[in-house]
Amino acid sequence: MSPKVNETAEKQMTGAQILMAVLKEEGVDTIFGFPGGAVIDIYDELARTDIRHILVRHEQAAVHAADGYARASRKVGVCLVTSGPGATNTVTGIASAFMDSIPLVVITGQVPTHLIGNDAFQEVDIVGITRPCTKHNYLVKSIGDLARILREAFMIARSGRPGPVLVDIPKDLTQVQTVFSLQETVHLKSYNPTYRPNKRQLEKVVQLIQDARRPLIFAGGGVILSRASGELTELAHTCIMPVTNSLMGLGSFPGTDPLCLGMIGMHGTYTSNMATSACDLLLAVGVRFDDRVTGKTDAFASQAKIVHIDIDPTSIRKNVLVTVPLVGDCRITLKHLNELIRQGKPVDDLPEKRAEWLDQIAAWRQKGALNYDQTHIIKPQYVVEKLYELTRGQAIITTEVGQNQMWAAQYYRFDRPDHFMTSGGLGCMGYGLPAAIGAQMACPQKTVVDIAGDGSIQMNSQELATAVQYGLPVKIVILNNRYLGMVRQWQELFYDKRYACTDMAHAPDFVKLAEAYGAVGLRATTPAEVIPVLEAGLSSPNVAIMDFWIDREECVYPMVPAGAPITEMLLV
Amino acid sequence: MQTEDPKHVITMLVDNQPGVLSRVSGLFSGRGFNIDSLCVAETMDPQVSRITLVTRANALMVEQIEKQLNKLINIIKVRIMEKNRAVQREMALVCVRAKPENRAEILRIADIFRCKIIDAGLEHYILEVTGDAEKLTAILNLLKPIGIKKIARTGTVALFREPK
Ligand SMILES: Cc1ncc(C[n+]2csc(CCOP(=O)(O)OP(=O)(O)O)c2C)c(N)n1
Ligand SMILES: [Mg+2]
Repeated sequence: MSPKVNETAEKQMTGAQILMAVLKEEGVDTIFGFPGGAVIDIYDELARTDIRHILVRHEQAAVHAADGYARASRKVGVCLVTSGPGATNTVTGIASAFMDSIPLVVITGQVPTHLIGNDAFQEVDIVGITRPCTKHNYLVKSIGDLARILREAFMIARSGRPGPVLVDIPKDLTQVQTVFSLQETVHLKSYNPTYRPNKRQLEKVVQLIQDARRPLIFAGGGVILSRASGELTELAHTCIMPVTNSLMGLGSFPGTDPLCLGMIGMHGTYTSNMATSACDLLLAVGVRFDDRVTGKTDAFASQAKIVHIDIDPTSIRKNVLVTVPLVGDCRITLKHLNELIRQGKPVDDLPEKRAEWLDQIAAWRQKGALNYDQTHIIKPQYVVEKLYELTRGQAIITTEVGQNQMWAAQYYRFDRPDHFMTSGGLGCMGYGLPAAIGAQMACPQKTVVDIAGDGSIQMNSQELATAVQYGLPVKIVILNNRYLGMVRQWQELFYDKRYACTDMAHAPDFVKLAEAYGAVGLRATTPAEVIPVLEAGLSSPNVAIMDFWIDREECVYPMVPAGAPITEMLLV
Repeated sequence: MQTEDPKHVITMLVDNQPGVLSRVSGLFSGRGFNIDSLCVAETMDPQVSRITLVTRANALMVEQIEKQLNKLINIIKVRIMEKNRAVQREMALVCVRAKPENRAEILRIADIFRCKIIDAGLEHYILEVTGDAEKLTAILNLLKPIGIKKIARTGTVALFREPK
């Protein structure tokens, strides 16, 4: 640990300068933030660098935007906010990123060290508040620790199971100087994620795959985070195993592949849910068996041996018991698995062995295909389907939360990873627009569309200003049912249609709202207007809101009532 | 309910830093695990503390607790103590009502359990008791009829035995 004195590598720098230096070291070129007193020195320094700063209109949006940016760019997303209210406003965004394992570093200003604990102006114990919703967090106590903590924060955020890390920096530490040494390596004795799977366990899995008559792969967000789509696709094809996805896993396996069964769970496809219940081997990769996936756990995949691959040991045997636990990085593990299968003796009667299973799946597909009737009123499914066609399946789709999110998941078919971004774990309304802004920052050439609900869009609609200011031409497709539709659907089905506080008929005119911000506003109220409005909105070089007045009481089907076995689906 | 689940003694080495204890206790409260007792103190290495924690949990829950603790960045090492491979002790200070007619009885109990009288007054004795949880329960049961005025217990501390 003895620091070598090196004239060129070490010099006196302020805390604010050290922060900039570490951001550069870590390859950060874009940050999302909102200034204030506690971070004014940091902002003063930031303005002297070439790091792009996106000034959001609410700190929650800074975090969602960094989340969208991280997913689209595969880098660590970075936010910068002030103490007190700036910090508390980030909590929802952090909690969402935490549940979805998105790598973020959130820098919060703090009151000067000597005032901490005094209930000073704009003081809040943000480290205490975010302890349960960050992967790790720090209050910097001495300027000498700053560089090390920042480097650790990036390392922790991106390694293992990724997640948000918060660093709280008191204002005085941004002003004082210390010696800064370049590129010290980070070492944490108590943090050592397991990337490589256990060999013997892997061999068991190969055997199970070869013995299985009715195998099913269940792929989740971990496949996307570890970039394992290629390996997953290879495994599914060589072993002829159909694939179902969690919401977070959509795009990890091509949605148009004949082996793709679609989403599993509460609003999963009929085929996925039936196949899960009937399979004799469930190969779960990068999933955590959320209750929205399993329904009643006792009945979940009850005929199957379950193999569970995940980098986070706490995900394994938390919600469901498994036959073979495999702790490791999804990509490395699937790669090894593919190698073992390639080396082993080929199962030559494989297609025959699987024929019956694939026939059964084809029968379920026929019986329970997703469907709707496009009548004289616009159906939301129709809008998403046409959006899929007009963007040729190439757009990055973000969503809000509710029915809009489920229709997006069901009707836009994702052939590639990193093209579907949703607040899956937290289910946070207001995610989609800022996330779209972040994704558009990362991918300026791509079409980025927020599939939104009329309720959710109002939670962060102020970010229209951000999108217009920075020329980020995101598109917002509002599936406008003038209801908090998903809650209304539960009220319709389980509360005798008592629509308590879910009617959103009192809303702004979204076309005028768009125009007020300098964006384009378009509206469709009849089916015939859907395609023209989509075409006009998508081809506009500007930010555009497309407001589709859909069938107010359309429901999302299939639906499994909460806590029921996933085979107990309400179909249309 | 949890109270019927067996007890487990968990010992862990942690970074000796502010906030680590609240990470541990927050993990337990946030995930609905219970804490029967918890002891923290520095080890020989001033940068490292040892936490000894007693919880009641079924087998799956203990597995989850161990994994969750391991996931905390500031936790260096976690071990679940199996009773026959570890030594466990708890200490209690017990203030008993000591009327003249009870004094001999109290001293006899103290003698049987090898405790020390560390404070004595006209109306009371304070006893220092060390032992495993059963021993403490036993002596408290004997002292209760005489009258326990107040009590302070440390909770369990434990160490694995070294190979003989
Ligand atoms: C921040 C937040 N508050 C409340 C909820 C509960 N909630 C889930 S879906 C939903 C309705 C959303 O309405 P809208 O955005 O119009 O979407 P729709 O379901 O109508 O498509 C609500 C209120 C939530 N998910 N997030
Ligand atoms: Mg709505």
